[in-house]
Amino acid sequence: MVKYQASGMDRTFSALADPTRRGLLLRLKEEPGLSVSELARPFSLKLPGMMKHLDVLSDAGLITRTKTGRTVSVHLSVGPMREAMEWLKRYERFWTVSIDRLVALVEEDGER
Amino acid sequence: MTNSLPSVTIVRRIKAPPAKVWAAITQPKLMMQWWGPDAGPTLRAEADVRPGGRFSVVFRLLNGEEHNPTGIYQEVIPDKKLVFTWEWPGMPERESLVTFLLEPIDGGTKLTLLHEHLPDEEARKSHGQGWNGLLDKLPVFLGDTEWAT
Repeated sequence: MVKYQASGMDRTFSALADPTRRGLLLRLKEEPGLSVSELARPFSLKLPGMMKHLDVLSDAGLITRTKTGRTVSVHLSVGPMREAMEWLKRYERFWTVSIDRLVALVEEDGER
Repeated sequence: MTNSLPSVTIVRRIKAPPAKVWAAITQPKLMMQWWGPDAGPTLRAEADVRPGGRFSVVFRLLNGEEHNPTGIYQEVIPDKKLVFTWEWPGMPERESLVTFLLEPIDGGTKLTLLHEHLPDEEARKSHGQGWNGLLDKLPVFLGDTEWAT
């Protein structure tokens, strides 16, 4: 279980590390349920390249694809992103408090 | 920063010289005075500050939980740069990487802390792209309760 979560989050972070894929996710946020070809249009991507990006996002659980007739529509799936956000938040909190105390410690006996 | 994965970055201007900040982040008796995410006590700190050396810190939260992050120093440049890996036993995650950068500025030190999530080997090879801005945008994704299921 723990192992599964770790590798799942790795996939999420890796998937999010690419600007094109982040662009795709933001677009899907604006317009849920776009078809693959509609999604590809503003990105000047060839279809195979597009499919590759969608596969990565799909493997990471960030999107779901639904086939209706000949059209595949794409939706966001928010769970894995929430997990990534929690990782960031946890460490942001950890370090913010720690660094505040560090600063107080080194500044406490005068200016230098 | 050219980090390729999500990271936490904290920048502070400190009214103390780099040498003093360096001491606080590398000497166990000083580390014990600030390390920890709340006002709970730091119980133990060990720091073998050289590349390949190990650090281990045990702290107790106000809620009574004890935690023990550990790691290996990767880069040690006194008064300038400290890089170490980070493992948090019991947390469902892979190793990550922490970097402290100290730069002298007028009146003290600029401290930059970077905590990066590290990918597995495969992901590391396949991504050279920068990570920018998504952290700002994540709340856009996550804040919208309408589809946050």
